[in-house]
Amino acid sequence: MLQDKDRVFLNLYGLQDWRLEGARKRGIWSNTKDLLAMGREKIIEEIKESELRGRGGAGFPAGLKWSFMPKENDGRPHYLVVNGDESEPGSCKDREIMRNDPHQLLEGCLIAGFAMGAHKAYIYLRGEYWLPIQRLEVAIQEAREAGLLGPNACGSDWAFDIEVSRGAGAYICGEETALLESLEGKKGQPRLKPPFPAAVGVWGCPTTVTNVETVAVSPTILRRGAAWWKTLGRPKNTGTKIFSISGHVNKPCNVEEEMGIPMRELIEKHAGGVRGGWDNLQAVIPGGSSVPCLPKDICDDVLMDFDSLREVQSGLGTAAVIVIDKSADIVEAIQRFSHFYMHESCGQCTPCREGTGWMYRVVSRMMRGQAEIEEVDMLWDVSKQVEGHTICALGDAAAWPIQGLIRHFRPELERRIAEYKAGRVSAAAE
Amino acid sequence: MKVTTYIPPQPGDFEFTPENIEKAKSYIARYPEGRQASAVLWLLYLAQEQNDGWLSVPAIEYVAQFLNMAPIRVHEVVSFYTMFKRRPVGRYQIQVCRTTSCWLRGSDEITKACMEEAGVSRFEEVSADGFFSVIEVECLGACCNAPVFQVSNEHYYEDLTPESAKAVMKALRNGEAPQPGSQTGRISSEPEGGLTTLTTLQETT
Repeated sequence: MLQDKDRVFLNLYGLQDWRLEGARKRGIWSNTKDLLAMGREKIIEEIKESELRGRGGAGFPAGLKWSFMPKENDGRPHYLVVNGDESEPGSCKDREIMRNDPHQLLEGCLIAGFAMGAHKAYIYLRGEYWLPIQRLEVAIQEAREAGLLGPNACGSDWAFDIEVSRGAGAYICGEETALLESLEGKKGQPRLKPPFPAAVGVWGCPTTVTNVETVAVSPTILRRGAAWWKTLGRPKNTGTKIFSISGHVNKPCNVEEEMGIPMRELIEKHAGGVRGGWDNLQAVIPGGSSVPCLPKDICDDVLMDFDSLREVQSGLGTAAVIVIDKSADIVEAIQRFSHFYMHESCGQCTPCREGTGWMYRVVSRMMRGQAEIEEVDMLWDVSKQVEGHTICALGDAAAWPIQGLIRHFRPELERRIAEYKAGRVSAAAE
Repeated sequence: MKVTTYIPPQPGDFEFTPENIEKAKSYIARYPEGRQASAVLWLLYLAQEQNDGWLSVPAIEYVAQFLNMAPIRVHEVVSFYTMFKRRPVGRYQIQVCRTTSCWLRGSDEITKACMEEAGVSRFEEVSADGFFSVIEVECLGACCNAPVFQVSNEHYYEDLTPESAKAVMKALRNGEAPQPGSQTGRISSEPEGGLTTLTTLQETT
């Protein structure tokens, strides 16, 4: 289990002061100037060395992503855009970082922005995060007044400033190119790639979009060194991670733990265990709504990291662990996600625009058993037609929960269909 | 996709109050010169707030003019984002999360309780006293404090029960300011009844 001395998020729960004075006591902004003095290349090298993988869901190596920014400035400004759109159902970790320790994020912005040659960062938050927006704005003002941001940020001779941008209730704006569209004041529909944002991003300028948690952990990695970070977790799945444990547990909570912690240990140690005991577990969605669910027998010994969960055909995603006990209707749990994706499809690509609604309607019928047995396979096929045939990953994300349901709970679907048919036959006979 | 229906044009004028003009200018200043369109979401929030929680056609077109955008570019933004409302809403709009994490912890009962307390029978209906309208929204991102609702795009009320949901609404109706956040006394998303982490650090500070 992760020791307190190795934790990055010391005010995860907001028990201490979130403002500048409190942040300084936790070591934030303490030697930022020295960290910047490492230079752009050394910072990126250290992040690469740490094997930090992006915390927004895809798990792309962070140092590599940062290194895609042009080395030389061609006259266009560079931008760092921080993705605080956190809308993945189950996920509520960035909210805690932004409202309980906003300075930790701001310091990360300066370091990541400097490493990318950016003088400006935009933090884009989902519109619902009204309170975190207020706090970030106060924190930015404090940092400007203290000279931590501004024309000579932290005395480094590097001009750097941060602005907050507010979304307005669209899950799709968490997709990086849709976020950039939204930041430009348009409807958030993803762009075709290439060109990638590092070449043509916001307002046509080189841009890197990166998750709140990724940015917020980077100063600590530089302070304590990549070697320290790599002592935590497992190879290629290093460091710590905030897990959001929700649903049918006794004590839902966010908690920072080591990557690769066994799922059962995570749930039992921090979230008070599954309601009614471990044997009452039906399924777990280990990484937010987009990843396929896992039945209990896999949950018994699976580890919580990118590669371990991929091996069992699921994913770490945003590490949002949604626990479902035996009292719940597993089909409705997934049907709610299908409704979500139907609601959040931006409508740009036909497989997603039409497919999400179709899948929702069919799953809704199956929930009640009003379907034919063959339709289970048809649903699988259609989900495979949606997956991989859209501009962004929302199509995939809509397909995966359904594929997980069919993969692990096909007998339950078939039972309902058979029961419904039997009910109709007996009703007709009476 | 956000489902929209035809809304007849509304007559009337709209313009920002002097304070909102200043705020609008400060939002525009956050973005590079010539990129004032980036501030459109901020300005639409301002307009919506000033217009009792919804956006009329004159308000939308005023924002377009303010930002030197073609009106259709602002209309399409309004029709895309779910937090912009095109019809009048209650003074307090109760936005109940319906997605799986909240549903597993009883969001259906919360929605029912809210509708009872408001005295409405369908979503978006404004209560007779004008105080409330209730809608269900997709995941609000407070899953460890489920079930939750948000009031008028601002405060979250978390760890709700049907009773505490009603109590919050009663307090709002009485003009009080109910304490936002957890209704069971949690500070944020720590486990209830004692920390499992950060225990040694809390003692030293």
